[in-house]
Amino acid sequence: MSIDLEQFKQIFFEESFEGLETMETGLLSMKDGETDLDIVNDIFRAAHSIKGGSATFGFNAVASFTHVMEGLLDEMREGKRQADPDVINILLESVDEISSLMTAYQNQEEPNVEQAQLLQKKLENIFSAGDDEAGGVNTSTADQGEENRCLGWHVEFAPHDNLLLTGNDPLLMLAELGYLGEMSMQMHDEKLPAFADMDPEVCYLKWIVDVLNATDHDPIEEEQITEIFEWVEDECDLNITGIYPERKSEDRRLGDRRIESEQTDRRQADRREGARRPTDKAATAQPTNIRVDTNRIDALIDMVGELVITQSMLGQLGEDFEISKLGRLREGLEELQRNSREIQEAVMKVRMQPISFAFNRFPRMVHDLSQKLDKKIRLELVGEDTEMDKTVMEKINDPLVHLVRNSLDHGLEGPEERLAAGKDEEGTVCLKAFHQGGSIVVEVSDDGRGLDRDRLFAKGVERGLIKETDVLSDEQVYMLLFAAGFSTAEQLSDISGRGVGLDVVRRNIESLGGNTDVRSTLGEGTVFTIRLPLTLAVLDGQLLKAGGQTYVLPLNAIIESLQVDAASVSTLAGDTKMYLLRDAYIPMISLSMLFGTTLSPSSDSNKTDTLLIIVEWADKCIGLLVDELLGQQQVVIKSLETNYQRVAGLSGATILGDGTVSLILDISGLIEMSAKVHEGIAQQ
Amino acid sequence: MAKVLIADDMASMRKMVAFTLESSGHEVVQADDGDVALKIAQQQSGFDLVITDVNMPNMDGITLTQELRAIPALKFTPILLLTTEAGKEKKMEGKAAGATGWLVKPFDPDKLLMTIKKVLR
Repeated sequence: MSIDLEQFKQIFFEESFEGLETMETGLLSMKDGETDLDIVNDIFRAAHSIKGGSATFGFNAVASFTHVMEGLLDEMREGKRQADPDVINILLESVDEISSLMTAYQNQEEPNVEQAQLLQKKLENIFSAGDDEAGGVNTSTADQGEENRCLGWHVEFAPHDNLLLTGNDPLLMLAELGYLGEMSMQMHDEKLPAFADMDPEVCYLKWIVDVLNATDHDPIEEEQITEIFEWVEDECDLNITGIYPERKSEDRRLGDRRIESEQTDRRQADRREGARRPTDKAATAQPTNIRVDTNRIDALIDMVGELVITQSMLGQLGEDFEISKLGRLREGLEELQRNSREIQEAVMKVRMQPISFAFNRFPRMVHDLSQKLDKKIRLELVGEDTEMDKTVMEKINDPLVHLVRNSLDHGLEGPEERLAAGKDEEGTVCLKAFHQGGSIVVEVSDDGRGLDRDRLFAKGVERGLIKETDVLSDEQVYMLLFAAGFSTAEQLSDISGRGVGLDVVRRNIESLGGNTDVRSTLGEGTVFTIRLPLTLAVLDGQLLKAGGQTYVLPLNAIIESLQVDAASVSTLAGDTKMYLLRDAYIPMISLSMLFGTTLSPSSDSNKTDTLLIIVEWADKCIGLLVDELLGQQQVVIKSLETNYQRVAGLSGATILGDGTVSLILDISGLIEMSAKVHEGIAQQ
Repeated sequence: MAKVLIADDMASMRKMVAFTLESSGHEVVQADDGDVALKIAQQQSGFDLVITDVNMPNMDGITLTQELRAIPALKFTPILLLTTEAGKEKKMEGKAAGATGWLVKPFDPDKLLMTIKKVLR
């Protein structure tokens, strides 16, 4: 029978990567030399499972590598070895190695075993340095006994009293012997007591069996016989002798322990650059799974149950509807609305995962990089339970890594510099996640040297991004960091400056509908803030009308809406209008003008552009002139790009209750467009 | 056909074993840890075979074996340990707890089926 193992491999990969994470977290928590037995056990178990699974699924490179690693862990488990930093480091490297081997298998590539072998040797060196036992086990090459003609085997099998108590059945074993060849058997019942004294749980019998090679079968190996009795070796007297003219020298099975004897090959593999985490790239093409708390699924099922009840209630109502039942119909519809909202929320929750999934790579990264950079760095994680959509989380991984590296590399000073500045020699990097309105905010902050405004400014001028005469706020200067082609490090380091700058971070975040921000105090530190929508699929929208079209405006961007008071409008050069709202002038933009949907562009008409909606994005405000506000509702975002093409100022489209398509406004895009309109006018 | 209880915290292995046994007509009940398996064994009856992983977080296979043996209905039921240990120590520990035998990883579906033939009539 052949069973396709393919279907279980994907599960195995996921389990293994989880196991590797457990190992990594455990190892990092032991870096101070304390061997916590529970943690060591967890690590050992993870390694052990990976070893067993990978051997079963045919990932031999992983299996043999993990085997050696497991040996080392086993010694730690038994207290024979302390967790000194060297051991921890090599185990961490091993975790990486397994991860990269596994990734290769997952992508159906041939794994690069060279690195693994090098590391395996290192492990073995550590292993044998502490314990010479390893060196001694091997060596016995099997004496190949001369192959005499073996006719068969003589087996004496006398079970002990307790053999039945382990669920073994002598008859099944004897039957198996019978399958091997031609069997003749004697049963000895000398020990069998009188019936009255018999204990049915005790085995009293003994068998003497001769199995002879059958002519149409291969000769029987001794191993085949011992294998049958393998499980009961200690619960029976077993005597197996060959039946042949002469005795045969004993053939020993080789243990499966592979030991390499050379110990001097100390070619230290260079510490691999940065913390290579091949798992990131893994599984992009693979179907992805998600682990969901069963409670959430149960809640969902409950709600579906309620929905079915509502549906049948409405169905009955529809059968013989009279106007007098209008009240009940309304009730039913309200119920339906509640049901679908709850279900929607519950389904969204299914996709939600705590941000710790994205955060828990950082302890390792900080550990590795702080060694590499010779800096003392403490990592703080705050708000790890904050939940976000899995898709969003996957996409902020790289930007977060980039920001953290940036803080470690450029933000934090070395110990001497810190001490000289009167700071604690240990720098702190803090990752913090929290919800704010409909967004999730992730902050990467450090207590390092902070941003040097003058240097950034000079650099900006040098790069041609700004003019020396420009008057910029601190914030605007800091935002230069996110501009393409801007890099402040004098020397590109391999940690954060790989030629990709923070501009990529910003682009990635913006493509998710989020924004980035930076605050800093010279000498005290820097805070990078990423703000992201909670989910990419649904949006709380304000429906509005402008120029005869219905648009959806993301609700969380709206600050306020007001009737346009003509006295507060001032017109600048060209046609740029500013609105004086309390003490601030806010640029105004007419949606109908912008999208060219008005037939007669007379903005003075009473019916059009009567309402001003103040929206904010990334701390910038503009006022949108619209004709009318409609209701608020959640809308499902459909991509314009996949169905049509990207349109500036629009982030997507949705289908409304009445079946019409409505466009979703992209606030950041609108702000940019308005800036361009104003610039264009200014240049004229 | 037999009713088999499988305990393994690794879903991939557990499902592979379950699938293999189900494909050859056995009825399978799965548990993702030893304590879960024990609970199932206390509530359901009629198991002809128990296959359990040794290393599990909450209750390991050896403790599970001991506990199962204390249930009268399972006193003589075959219990097989899934183990990666080539060494004898763990196996003997398992035997002492009352395990019938073991199945050493790696194994493939064929080997699994061959092995359970040793304990199922």
